[in-house]
Amino acid sequence: MKDQSALKADRLPRALIAAVATSGLAIMLFILFFLLKESLPALRETTLGELMTGAFWYPTAEPAEFGLLPLLMGSVSVTLLTSALALPFSLGLAVFLAEVCPSALREIFKPLLEILGFFPSVVLGFLGMVVLAPWLQERFSLLTGLNLLNASLLMGIMILPIVASLAEDALSSVPRDLRDASYALGATGFETTWRVVLPAALPGILQACLLGVMRAIGETMVVLMASGGAALIPRSVMDPVRPLTSTIAAEMGETPIGSAHYHVLFFAGLLLLIMTLSINVGALWIERRGRKWRT
Amino acid sequence: MSIPSRRAKDRIVTALLYSLMAAVILLLAGVLAFIVKNGLSALSWDFLTQPPRDAMTRGGIYTPLIGSIQLIAVAMAFAFPVGVLTAVYLVEWARDGLFTRTLRLAVRSLAGVPSVVFGLFGLSFFVVVLGFGASLLSAGLTLGCLVLPVIVGASEAALSAVPRDYRDASYAMGATKWQTIRKVVLPAAFPSILTGAILAVGRVAGETAPIIFTGAAFFTPRVARSLLEPVMALPYHILVLATAGTAIDETRPIQYGTVLVLLVLVLGVTLVGVLFRAKLRMEKRR
Repeated sequence: MKDQSALKADRLPRALIAAVATSGLAIMLFILFFLLKESLPALRETTLGELMTGAFWYPTAEPAEFGLLPLLMGSVSVTLLTSALALPFSLGLAVFLAEVCPSALREIFKPLLEILGFFPSVVLGFLGMVVLAPWLQERFSLLTGLNLLNASLLMGIMILPIVASLAEDALSSVPRDLRDASYALGATGFETTWRVVLPAALPGILQACLLGVMRAIGETMVVLMASGGAALIPRSVMDPVRPLTSTIAAEMGETPIGSAHYHVLFFAGLLLLIMTLSINVGALWIERRGRKWRT
Repeated sequence: MSIPSRRAKDRIVTALLYSLMAAVILLLAGVLAFIVKNGLSALSWDFLTQPPRDAMTRGGIYTPLIGSIQLIAVAMAFAFPVGVLTAVYLVEWARDGLFTRTLRLAVRSLAGVPSVVFGLFGLSFFVVVLGFGASLLSAGLTLGCLVLPVIVGASEAALSAVPRDYRDASYAMGATKWQTIRKVVLPAAFPSILTGAILAVGRVAGETAPIIFTGAAFFTPRVARSLLEPVMALPYHILVLATAGTAIDETRPIQYGTVLVLLVLVLGVTLVGVLFRAKLRMEKRR
């Protein structure tokens, strides 16, 4: 009978812990709920079509114009340029760490890379303002060095450690046998990496890239400080931009709670959330496919 | 292709990859050296222990430094217990059902939510609906939500790594599941859980976007004495001085000094975590 009471005594902690564990789910649902609740009133002030295709962002003008297109293009352009600059570099680093680097050196390089990944984004944004911007301005004789290229270079530094370390994990988890078989056929190290290891690790590498892209879309401080902040659709990499994230960060503080501007900024947040959640789902899908494909 | 040319190609690629890594190390060293060189001249005991004065153009960073530490404390007071218990549930009790799968998906999605969206959530939920106002409590809880998935992930890995034998031995002695978790599994996993938490502190200390409209203040005359007062924070202080100050160029030394202090705080905490983890790995290997 003692056993019975001991088992019963287990029920309470189990129920309590299950309840606490639900908070993760609750927070995610609350985020969705509050973003919807605060952003839907925006559609009362303006239409979905105007929000998504309007080319002018004058939120405090009379009458105000809430065109999110330039902000959206700002986010997309920074994300694309960051990916173009940083993803090849990150994958090269991942290949280096997983395939080329002697293991003694790897023990030093990996923590160094990790340290780079812990740089607060506000510090990188600050460097963009005091180092990169003056240099760009002088080198290319621009009106301002705070632009798309500046923000993308810094953002590249931000996502580099993330993508590199995830991709390195993917490469390292490729079984040794595959490499040995390739070497046994007389392939060089590069040929083995390029034709055997990379294809085998492709799902994990794609996932690493997607997570990097997701980070770039959602990153705020770097673009707030280094991208110039002009709500224009960029025509060159030297144009200033104003992505969704920095717009929210810059304007929410001065916006009366409950105003049209407030709701439109929440709508911008909802767009960001939808973009990052879909990338997350995409990454999950690739992971599942990858697992199935391997077995 | 002939064998020599294939070998040459292999060498070229190898050299290229080495130069990539060298570039990253140079970048890291350059950035650190630049910040230390420019920030060191602003550092002094007074800089750390005096509040900002004269519209933040002089004085130190005492208030934002303490504010940052308070924010870390509130965030971790929420995220650490909740995160660890969530991991306990997922690893020890959860069966593969709809609830577990939804919970995992939610925690994973949470990890991908942009930090500024956490700020919006904190504003509408903690600040407005719960009525905490723009305060240490609102901003700390918002940071706690942001860092929750990091702690869950680290604790899950730590708990899963506890060998099955430990649990079996405990059951064999008649312990219940909860007794086993409390007295055997958690103590065994604790060092790794702690490492995860330390790394999470590094993340919390540097975040800016989630606190801008949930409780970080442009300026407060003194350190917050209750959870419901707004606080200054180091990362927000940098943003304010660098972009919105009245004398951006004159306060450059203060900005460099603040950047250096924030970096030392974040990287110092991170380094402790990384070294601690390395030590754990070495012990495990023995």
